[in-house]
Amino acid sequence: MKTLLLALLLSFAAAAAAIDRAAVEKLATGEADERSAAISALVAEADPRAAEVLSALAEGEMQTVAGKDGARRVLIVRGEEAVDAVTGEKVTPLPEEREDAIANNRLRGQIEGALAALKLLSPERETRLEAVKQLAAGADEALLPLVQKALAKETDAGIRPTLELIAASLAMKSGTKEARVAAIRRLASSSSPNSRTLLAAAVNDPDEDIRFEAQKALREVQASLAWGERAGLLFAGVSLGSILLLAALGLAITYGLMGVINMAHGELIMIGAYTTYAVQVLFRGTPYFDWYLLAAVPASFAMSAMVGMALERSVIRWLYGRPLETLLATWGISLMLIQAMRTLYGAQNVQVENPAFMSGGIEVFAGVVLPWSRISIIAFAALVLLGMWLLLTRTRLGLFVRGVTQNREMAACVGVPTGRVDTWAFGLGSGIAGLAGCALSQIGNVGPDLGQGYIVDSFMVVVFGGVGQLAGTVYAALVLGFANKFLESWSGAVIAKIVVLVFIIIFIQRRPQGMFALKGRALDS
Amino acid sequence: MSANAVAANEGGSFSHVATEGLDATHGVVLYLEDISVSFDGFRALNKLSLSIDLGELRCVIGPNGAGKTTMMDVIIGKTRPDSGTAFFGQTIDLTRLSEAQIAHAGIGRKFQKPTIFEHHSVFENLELAMKADKRVRTTLFARLADAERDRIAEMLRLIRLGEAADRVAGLLSHGQKQLLEIGMLLMQEPKLLLLDEPVAGMTDDETDRTADLFLSLAGRHSLVVVEHDMAFIEKIARKVTVLHEGSVLAEGPMSQVQNDPKVIEVYLGR
Amino acid sequence: MLTETFTRLYGPKGWIAFGVAALVVFVVFPVLSLAVPPDSAFHVSSYWVTLLGKIMCYAIVALAMDLIWGYCGILSLGHGLFFALGGYAMGMYLMRQIGREGQYQSDLPDFMVFLDWKELPWTWWNTDQFWWAMLLVVAVPGLLAFVFGFFAFRSRVKGVYFSIITQALTFAAMLLFFRNATGFGGNNGFTDFKRILGFTIATPETRMALFAVTGAVLLATLLGCRYLVTSKFGRVLTAVRDAETRVAFCGYNTVHYKLAVFTLSAVICGIAGALYVPQVGIINPGEMSPANSIEIAIWVAVGGRGTLIGAIAGAGIVNGAKSFFTQAFPEFWLYFLGLLFILVTLFLPQGVVGLVNKLRGKAA
Repeated sequence: MKTLLLALLLSFAAAAAAIDRAAVEKLATGEADERSAAISALVAEADPRAAEVLSALAEGEMQTVAGKDGARRVLIVRGEEAVDAVTGEKVTPLPEEREDAIANNRLRGQIEGALAALKLLSPERETRLEAVKQLAAGADEALLPLVQKALAKETDAGIRPTLELIAASLAMKSGTKEARVAAIRRLASSSSPNSRTLLAAAVNDPDEDIRFEAQKALREVQASLAWGERAGLLFAGVSLGSILLLAALGLAITYGLMGVINMAHGELIMIGAYTTYAVQVLFRGTPYFDWYLLAAVPASFAMSAMVGMALERSVIRWLYGRPLETLLATWGISLMLIQAMRTLYGAQNVQVENPAFMSGGIEVFAGVVLPWSRISIIAFAALVLLGMWLLLTRTRLGLFVRGVTQNREMAACVGVPTGRVDTWAFGLGSGIAGLAGCALSQIGNVGPDLGQGYIVDSFMVVVFGGVGQLAGTVYAALVLGFANKFLESWSGAVIAKIVVLVFIIIFIQRRPQGMFALKGRALDS
Repeated sequence: MSANAVAANEGGSFSHVATEGLDATHGVVLYLEDISVSFDGFRALNKLSLSIDLGELRCVIGPNGAGKTTMMDVIIGKTRPDSGTAFFGQTIDLTRLSEAQIAHAGIGRKFQKPTIFEHHSVFENLELAMKADKRVRTTLFARLADAERDRIAEMLRLIRLGEAADRVAGLLSHGQKQLLEIGMLLMQEPKLLLLDEPVAGMTDDETDRTADLFLSLAGRHSLVVVEHDMAFIEKIARKVTVLHEGSVLAEGPMSQVQNDPKVIEVYLGR
Repeated sequence: MLTETFTRLYGPKGWIAFGVAALVVFVVFPVLSLAVPPDSAFHVSSYWVTLLGKIMCYAIVALAMDLIWGYCGILSLGHGLFFALGGYAMGMYLMRQIGREGQYQSDLPDFMVFLDWKELPWTWWNTDQFWWAMLLVVAVPGLLAFVFGFFAFRSRVKGVYFSIITQALTFAAMLLFFRNATGFGGNNGFTDFKRILGFTIATPETRMALFAVTGAVLLATLLGCRYLVTSKFGRVLTAVRDAETRVAFCGYNTVHYKLAVFTLSAVICGIAGALYVPQVGIINPGEMSPANSIEIAIWVAVGGRGTLIGAIAGAGIVNGAKSFFTQAFPEFWLYFLGLLFILVTLFLPQGVVGLVNKLRGKAA
């Protein structure tokens, strides 16, 4: 009798600390719909243990074993340690015959939302802000009670409006008519694309009042969105165009003017990026950190130019006039450069920190923020272009380069040292690639494979613009930048990229000489 | 096959074109009329008109840049004229055919720089050039008939490369390469031969033999010879055309052209 | 006629070598691997069978590359794509053969269950039929090459231009296959194959059968290519490589020739890919990365362009070195490969075969 009482007491104590056992079991072993309902049930409890259980399922750490009464006992197993999912008690020894509980993509998505919602109750402002941002991109209806609970407690002015919008977007889908209409009205003042999608769905609601309210709200949202979107698209296009231009400008010299197929061009960009990283490391901890780019820009130019000139002297020079061999040899060079960077800096990406003036951005329209880093790169690309143009048209080197590329024999006859001009010109192209790397390090990760991602793009830009045509390169970069961003806005990034590539392939087959053509007998040979 | 049929054929590029039956009823094998071609604003040909008679041997001379090579490029379809017409016989519109179709129609071209297949043997060079069905399907299963072997042997004798038949063509001397290229042209059995500087790099002996060869070909074939070697021209020339700045400056027998003051000024006098 | 073709392909020595190769593939290896007990010193483990089977697939690809690059002078950087397409076609069949033995015990391949798809996309139609999958292996790369080549060659896209746009094509295809929505397993591609034609794929017997089939295809491809390059067709191809305009002025439609050899080459690559996938047990979009296609070119360059035996030797040398390096000194593999690219183009334009011939010539 005494033992029985003790057992009863213990089980009560356990129950107090535990979460809904049925829900956990359903979560681990139920049918798809039951599992999804179980997630909602667990979230509604708002227990910290719920978060642990859910993330365990998403991480593939949840397993089940046969329990005493035929039901499955749910465990969270990390390495050799196991705890009971319901009670949080340690389970030793680790039972044999465990079975994995597997989540499919839909379930994972739901869990992700649920975990974010649980974070809304966190005492940390940062955590809540993050959660709000995540949920603003789309949340599950079942989270509404939790969101409302959070809303009741929330006082922070930076979080509350967004949370209200989230609550409204969840509330408008179901509930009483009054609540839905209120939610729709609240959404009308929002300028997020998400609200537009929601309202567009509500326009077809069976209830006439809801339809009416939704239409009205939708018009308001759309109007405020349209301008911002146009401006955003324009900016994104220019931004991508400037990046493509930077990546391709060096190639426009080495390939476009000199005719060297340099497959290591991407790696020269990568070297520029790593040089920027190295300079940044040197400046770290000094009061001049914000000015490190002043040193990094010339350093990355010099480093890539030096590597490029060394390549030209040692390998490429022997292969002039044999483009396919040049292609293969320079590809070999690119492999070695990639591996060299792995040896020096490790295979992992390194993080290049922006100087303070480049972080943040300006908000031109509601919801459209132009990051300073992107604006800086557009300006930088323009400067590099200007500098290159001046160098080619106003200096002796530029004169020589143009002379040699137009008629090598003639240039040699009038005393131009063609061999040295080749080296300098190749160095110039390589140095510009280094500048591109310096710029790219400011907006993305720097890793040994950085260049590989740009080599196809750079060649496409140069070929599309017309080989040997600097102006063509500039136009091509901008056109492709816009085309890419425009397509992206309705088809997604990957499809946009594929479409652009296929377009260029077709274009080149129709017009092999590119947008800006040189016509003449010289081209045939 | 009529010209219309040929033209219609051009669209479907998988059909075989056998342009037999050159219609030279008026005794003219090639008409060029008002042909203009410009590259980047530079006028290579400027309303050039020219006609070549059946069996004629015509020499074309002119200073560098006069448009001689461009004229040949237009005839064989490598360059498309901006305006003007080019007819082979009465019916075949050259501006609408591809290079291969023009070759089939019966025009052969020798380039300034001898272009032969350097990695093939002399024999194989002639075999590839020989008039035959040149579709992919047939070449896959082609075997040389005895008659074809004889024809190649005969050509080897004519161009005096019998000894070198199995030698890789890239190893021949410059003059021998020129002869091989002429031999390849003849294997195609063309009705019109365009010869761009055929004796450059030949020894005197080879030049003489080539002159004789051309003279013996005239009558059976029509020939257009572009050459800078005036001694050679004088030897073979009947009618000479002088080109200058993309159009015809003078035309007539050698003696007449040589004494034309305009010609002397732009070309011979210098 | 038959004997004439026979002697045209190889001399007596050549045929003897060919016979020895066939003997090794069809008799020596099966015996050493299946009949000789595993503890014997002569036993060939399944590791070696798989490795050599894989290298033979690469050798087939190298032959295809040599046909178009070595003989016709067209450097295609899209051959990795054709190889992968053949592999994917075979992979679809193998995925369907898994049946309900996947993790989710569904009729659909696991990755589709994972994505919450309810039915097979249209691209998978009939892929549970072996003959249909084999048709796809040949038709998909062939058709793609034909259409792409038709437009490219007709517009006279040549030399490096052609190389660059084929590379762009491969790159675009890789991006496409990386997407989950494309329906070919996204990042992970296809793997965990269980059976082929009802036979369990992991048994030594099935592995040996796949090995022997690969060997047979390799030898047949070699003979086929040999027939092509010794025919008038082959002489036209080399002529196109050396002086394309002259070929056209001789009255050959070079577009047709280039198109024929490009398409054929792509089909051979597709077949090699189909043989490769069941042996290595995985196919993913990584096979389409531009780097892979360029690597194919270096196999051929190392062995010796324009010689069939060179292509096979090159595939063997480079891939043998690769499996050695990636096990012994993984961090040096890329240095070695990169250096190989540079040294071969600078100092060995005729490849290993050219070097051997030179040494022989000196010795004689």
